[in-house]
Order: sequence, then structure tokens, then C-alpha cells
Amino acid sequence: MIRVSVQPAPIDLATEIAGAEAKGAGGIASFTGSVRADDGVTELVLEHYPGMTEAALIGMAEEAFTRWNLLAVTIVHRVGAMVPGDHIVFIATAAAHRREALESCAYLIDRLKTDAPFWKRETRGEGARWVEARAADADAAERWT
Amino acid sequence: MDLLYFAWVREQIGTGQEAVDPPGAVVTVADLIDWLAKRSPGHAEAFRDPAKLRAAIDQRFVPLDAELGDAKEVAIFPPVTGG
Repeated sequence: MIRVSVQPAPIDLATEIAGAEAKGAGGIASFTGSVRADDGVTELVLEHYPGMTEAALIGMAEEAFTRWNLLAVTIVHRVGAMVPGDHIVFIATAAAHRREALESCAYLIDRLKTDAPFWKRETRGEGARWVEARAADADAAERWT
Repeated sequence: MDLLYFAWVREQIGTGQEAVDPPGAVVTVADLIDWLAKRSPGHAEAFRDPAKLRAAIDQRFVPLDAELGDAKEVAIFPPVTGG
């Protein structure tokens, strides 16, 4: 089972964790990403490519199913305006055994960073700037190829 | 052909989408970027350094040397920064 949601609404962690339960799952791994207050960031705006974003996330989830013996994958990404402390991304993977759940969860967040069409704009004080891609993220995604 | 722009590419051009009919000499995404750069000062600014641009054809990531073929929707944007 694959659940993908790209949403302006806050991510309800309790509901998402409960929804990640799958019959026969011996382990559920999850990753939650939050907006950091780096260097006085007061607001983060997430832009995305409607249609392609959802397709890219579903494609990653399907790829995870081919690489690991999974029962369920959940990917939720928030878009629009957020403030530090808000949850921006949630990923959960359910499998019979922990290794498959943990590895596939790490795979999905690494891939999401480089292969899904999202863009972050940070506001600090009066100024806003688009966040630049980090080479470390490309390296992290590369290790799964 | 429908064009979509995101993030600072969209801001510098001043619109998130437009429809264009490029000439036959425009074969690849890189050709399209060169051709679009002449449309306005905003396009010229956004497309000044193609090394900073990424693209998708019909909602699939492609390298800039990809051929447009019979693309219906081409998106041009900076490297992605989600998660």
C-alpha cells in the first residue's frame, strides 16, 4: 500500500503513524523533518510542481517496493508557508522485519531530497532567498544507485 | 508548447507559465533556454547561467541536452530543495 500526500495542511503525526500500520508488519520505521530556525529564519515557503510532485513521490515509493520486501509506504510533504518547528516531511515504511523498514525509510528521504520537485524559500528579517541545493544531498542520494 | 517556471526562475521571468511555439532549430532543452533568453530582460536574467537550471519534459526530469521531441509541457527550474 502506498500513501502519498502533498498538502498545505499541517502534518498530523499521530494519525500518520497510526495509518502506517500494516497487517503483518513487524516493524515500522519513520522519518519526520522539521523546519529549522537556522540563522534567524522566520518563515519557510515550499513551492512545488503540482502533478509531477505526486508522480515523483509515488515513483520513489514503487522503487522502494522493488528493492525491499515492504508492506506499506507513506510519504507526506507539506507545501506553502511554514515557521520553524513545523513538520515539513513525514515518511513511514512498514515491513515484516526492521532492517527493511529502516533501510527503505532512509532511502526514501535521501531520494526525496534530490528527485522531487520542491523548492524552499527562506525569510530572515526583511529578506527572502531561495535555498540552494547541497552537494551533500546529491551524495546521499547517489549512495543508493 | 506549454512552459512552466518555478522558484527564482518564475520570479525573474515574472510569470509561472506561458505558451510558446519555438522554431525548428530549437531541438533540445538547452536550445529552448537560449531561444527563450531573448524574449525579455527577465528571461535573459533567469537563463543567464544554464548550469544553474534543471528541466522536466512532460513531468519527467531530463538533462538539458534532452531533445524536446513532441513535448507538450516543459518546465525549467533551479535544482530542487525539498525534504
